Amino acid sequence: MTGIVALYIFMLAAFTGYEVISRVPVILHTPLMSGSNFVHGIVLVGAMVALGGAHTPLEKTIGIVGVLLAAGNAVGGYVVTERMLEMFKSSGARGAKPGSSKGAH
Amino acid sequence: MPADAAPLGANTLIQASYFVTAALFILGLKRMSSPVTARSGIWWAGAGMLVATLVTFTFPGMSNYELIIPAIVVGSLLAWWSGKRVAMTNMPQMIALYNGMGGGAAAAIAAVELYRGESQGYAISILAVVGGIIGAVSFSGSAIAFGKLQGLITRSIRFKGQQIFNLVLLLVALIAGALVALHLNAAPAVVSAFFALALLLGVTMTLPIGGADMPVVISLYNALTGLAVAFEGFVLNNAAMIIAGTVVGSAGTLLTQLMARAMNRSLGNVLFSGFGDTGGAPTGEVTGSLKPIEASDVGVMMAFAQKVIVVPGYGMAVAQAQHKIWELCQLLIDRGVTVKFAIHPVAGRMPGHMNVLLAEAGVPYDLISDLDEINSEFETADVALIIGANDVVNPVARNDKSSPIYGMPILNADKARNVIVIKRGKGAGFSGIENALFYLDNTRMLYGDAQKAGAELIQAIKAVG
Repeated sequence: MTGIVALYIFMLAAFTGYEVISRVPVILHTPLMSGSNFVHGIVLVGAMVALGGAHTPLEKTIGIVGVLLAAGNAVGGYVVTERMLEMFKSSGARGAKPGSSKGAH
Repeated sequence: MPADAAPLGANTLIQASYFVTAALFILGLKRMSSPVTARSGIWWAGAGMLVATLVTFTFPGMSNYELIIPAIVVGSLLAWWSGKRVAMTNMPQMIALYNGMGGGAAAAIAAVELYRGESQGYAISILAVVGGIIGAVSFSGSAIAFGKLQGLITRSIRFKGQQIFNLVLLLVALIAGALVALHLNAAPAVVSAFFALALLLGVTMTLPIGGADMPVVISLYNALTGLAVAFEGFVLNNAAMIIAGTVVGSAGTLLTQLMARAMNRSLGNVLFSGFGDTGGAPTGEVTGSLKPIEASDVGVMMAFAQKVIVVPGYGMAVAQAQHKIWELCQLLIDRGVTVKFAIHPVAGRMPGHMNVLLAEAGVPYDLISDLDEINSEFETADVALIIGANDVVNPVARNDKSSPIYGMPILNADKARNVIVIKRGKGAGFSGIENALFYLDNTRMLYGDAQKAGAELIQAIKAVG
């Protein structure tokens, strides 16, 4: 892609990231940080390409380390985010507990 | 993107798949920003990652599959295993660890490109170098952050002129990077020196920062890794990496600012001062005395209350008392008492961490309120139950200008009719500051481990019948 197109992509993606996060309630900050940590695990595809084109032993060694680390970022990020989000339930979903907002005495 | 601009552009399937991946990532993050849809958000993003990874195997000119596949399998299995068994209280440092790995991977991509030394034009080399230094700093810095929160590194190492030292280190690293990027001297030794300096910089930047500030630092490194990934995406002409990396870079920066603001710190302050874990000379004197109370009396008080607000802190999570406390609250709710949880942004180790810990115990998220929502409600509460929280309810933050936490937004627990503090001993808080709340006329201290105190309170309420 040409430089200027790349620059446009960069700018628009930056605004997108800002907008998507700006409406997040505090209760989701930690899972969201974890989720965005997972998203940059996309570095895995870059590491795969780098290792896939490596020729010398040095390039291959660094490439393997890169793929190992990137896979760890992607999978680890997914697992912990999923574990955290899986626990978020509303009181409606729990069913049997009425009167949580109304203190009828 | 003209198809002939790069060999990578040739493969329509790959480009189309990366397009879908970028869309799935953005939609996934969007869904993660509401508690109702959050869970499906990670599935969407996960689907995007799977598509991108699988399609990359068909990349033109790829070889070394016998190395790629085992590396992916080993890295994935280790991360899967560790991610499944980490306790919720240790989540922040685990995020730091995985984030550091991403930064290291970005630096590795840069290293492969720079060691190869094929001339790709100045713009590409500069981007590779910048992404490389950011990724390397994020890698070693996150490792230190992990070590600190995990308790492997207990001291904050500081020495005189440390900031000058770091600045010099940064400058030397940048000079080495410039030599490489501008094709002045791209000998392997210079490339190695560049990466070694960058890794060292991450360590020396992070070591002096105290444990309390670590969440902000982790969030910052998360944003930096995103940026490094985006820069290496430019180097590899990979749109999925550019978009995902940039989105995380900007979102992470905003998140870092929100966290720093919640802790009443500026980012510069976090990085360049070092308040985070000062032993804290307690300032300002406190008058009054600590007044103990028995669990049975607290049980009666809460059972006949209209409204109880629970203020949990990290101490509760460490004692693993959230299940007991939720059991207690369910008893109260069944009696018709209104129960709410008030969460300070830094109640856990980072904003939102306490919500995760409560959710783990089964507390529905609509009973949980943040500082802005709940603060006006303390005046109408009969009981504010403080469990393992300290600095976030300390009224000196409102009025004692000499206090290190002055100006930090706090929960107005002192406005409640009765304040019950469950506390293990008489020590001061994380910052070492005496808590004026404990000495107020309407405050009673219930001494003991949060878990044990919770069990006693449950007995007491059951005894009321």
